[in-house]
Amino acid sequence: MFFELSEQQTMIRNMVRELAEKEIAPKAAELDRNEEFPDEAIKRLAELGILGAIIPEKYGGPGLDTVTYAMMIMEISRACASTGVVTSVHNSLCSWPIMYYGSEEQKDKYLPILARGDRIGAFAATEPDAGSDLGSLSTVAELNGDNYIINGTKTFITSGPRAGIVIVFAVTDRSKGTKGISAFIVESSYKGYKVGSIFEKIGIHASLTSELIFEDMPVPKENLLGKEGDGFKIAMATLDGGRIGIASQAVGIAQAALEESIKYSQARHQFGKPISSFQAIQWMLAEMATKIDAARLLTYQAAIRKDQGARISKEAAMAKLYASETAVEATNNAIQIHGGYGYTREYPVERLYRDARITTIYEGTSEVQKMVIASSLLR
Amino acid sequence: MNIVVCAKQVVDVGEIKVNPSSGKPMLEGIPKKISDIDKNACEEAIKVREKVGGKVTVLTVGTPDAKERMKELLAMGADNGVLVTVPDKADHLVTSTLISKAIQKMGGADLIICAEASIDQFSGQIGPRVAGLLNIPQLTYCYKVTAEPQKLTAERNLGDRLVTSESSYPVLVTVTKEVNQPRLPSLMQILGSAKKPIEVWGTSDIGAADLKPGIETIDIKGVAMSRKNIVFKDDLDESVSKLADSLSKEGLLG
Repeated sequence: MFFELSEQQTMIRNMVRELAEKEIAPKAAELDRNEEFPDEAIKRLAELGILGAIIPEKYGGPGLDTVTYAMMIMEISRACASTGVVTSVHNSLCSWPIMYYGSEEQKDKYLPILARGDRIGAFAATEPDAGSDLGSLSTVAELNGDNYIINGTKTFITSGPRAGIVIVFAVTDRSKGTKGISAFIVESSYKGYKVGSIFEKIGIHASLTSELIFEDMPVPKENLLGKEGDGFKIAMATLDGGRIGIASQAVGIAQAALEESIKYSQARHQFGKPISSFQAIQWMLAEMATKIDAARLLTYQAAIRKDQGARISKEAAMAKLYASETAVEATNNAIQIHGGYGYTREYPVERLYRDARITTIYEGTSEVQKMVIASSLLR
Repeated sequence: MNIVVCAKQVVDVGEIKVNPSSGKPMLEGIPKKISDIDKNACEEAIKVREKVGGKVTVLTVGTPDAKERMKELLAMGADNGVLVTVPDKADHLVTSTLISKAIQKMGGADLIICAEASIDQFSGQIGPRVAGLLNIPQLTYCYKVTAEPQKLTAERNLGDRLVTSESSYPVLVTVTKEVNQPRLPSLMQILGSAKKPIEVWGTSDIGAADLKPGIETIDIKGVAMSRKNIVFKDDLDESVSKLADSLSKEGLLG
């Protein structure tokens, strides 16, 4: 059973925590306010190998296990949830499918670039009319000589405006339903690749989210990921891993909310004593801490199972469901504990509250997680 | 250039609480770490190596678990480590003797870098004692170090004045935390640190088996600092003069 980090994991945790506390956290509020991409933080994450965390040594990464990776996303998100999701998407949703489904040539070409952080990775499945229902994609890819010509619009793409390498899902054979979807490695420099509208969101302001528009975009046929028709399978397996990343992000946000609440409740005096001495506050803190620990353990469990090579759809969905709902509840309570001040920008809990909200939605809503869990129970 | 960095494993002093009844620090379960300024010493050693070449050895006198902490410095870029296992009773005399004998066993060093002091005891004795025992020059409290192949120049903060000193090698330098900003190791460096060698030497390996401390530690207690809680609430002018009187009675206004 897993209850303690190894010495190496502890060293990594300490390094990432120091980076997060000294370099990422101090800028989080300003980047949020200015809706500014965390360029400096991403540069540092690249220098320290964190952006390529899961990429094997052979391709220039440190080849870390999923538990250590999850722990790093928690630490980064505790400081800045936007930086957390950019890192998670780069690793889980862009590097991982290339590692797992890519040809040797694709791995040699793209993984070192992603490991160095020379290009930011993104994942483009969602469309204006196809979110959870990936079967109804309208983006199409048609083979024409040596290229697939891709046409379509993707939406809600994390890091969209900054991405250099994007995993794009498109229909190659409409008659085959989900088995007619294929995945492609797309470079932002390709002709016909355009960044569309950038969304104004409730939270995670520093992670830029946009549309991507492909107009007669030629993609070399060697950039097909896996085989034609593998797209749906690749998307589902990739999202299983991505959910560990988002669960970790949610745990990090919730942990920050708990720590802020403990600090504030001990400093804030009402009726002649710190508000932490009131049972009403104590119960909120106790419930937050318990649920955060449970969420963390579910996340680590999914990560361990992934490293063991098991199918993790259920475990990842459970971790993501529970961690994201916990983050929403914990940040809500954090505002309650902070009272009027919590509703202002003077304290970080309002940002945490806004940042937490997305975690129950992206990479599969809570309702979709329940569908995944139930279908695995009822199989 | 052979560079030795002296580093100590300490308890995280920020986490220590003092038992209110006995006055003793409660050390159980407190995480251990490398003393903060030792990281500055290591950073400086790596910078010197980057400039003039050579090898950086981390030298620690400590308990066997210090080996794991030493890896943090190897991850930063030090080349290898030597851990001298500490006897049950050790004072500054014992520790500095063990360090100097270990350095002799290594065949000496061109440059020894210590922190100005460790964050737990903050005695500042080890560096100067080691230089004394090895009979080499020492430049203490350096906030800027410039190493060249033949000489080392240091800007030093001696409290009441700043001085610039120069020395040939071998030399021992103690650094303050202003000297640099220790680098964070990358993931690759952390993973690589596991492969770097750390030798463990007992006291008998360095000819110091029957070393005895010169000081007997009877007890360690936390210093209690209580406030006087005097509040002046009268009108401003009156309060100011009362405050001034009070401070003057305490001998705090010269």
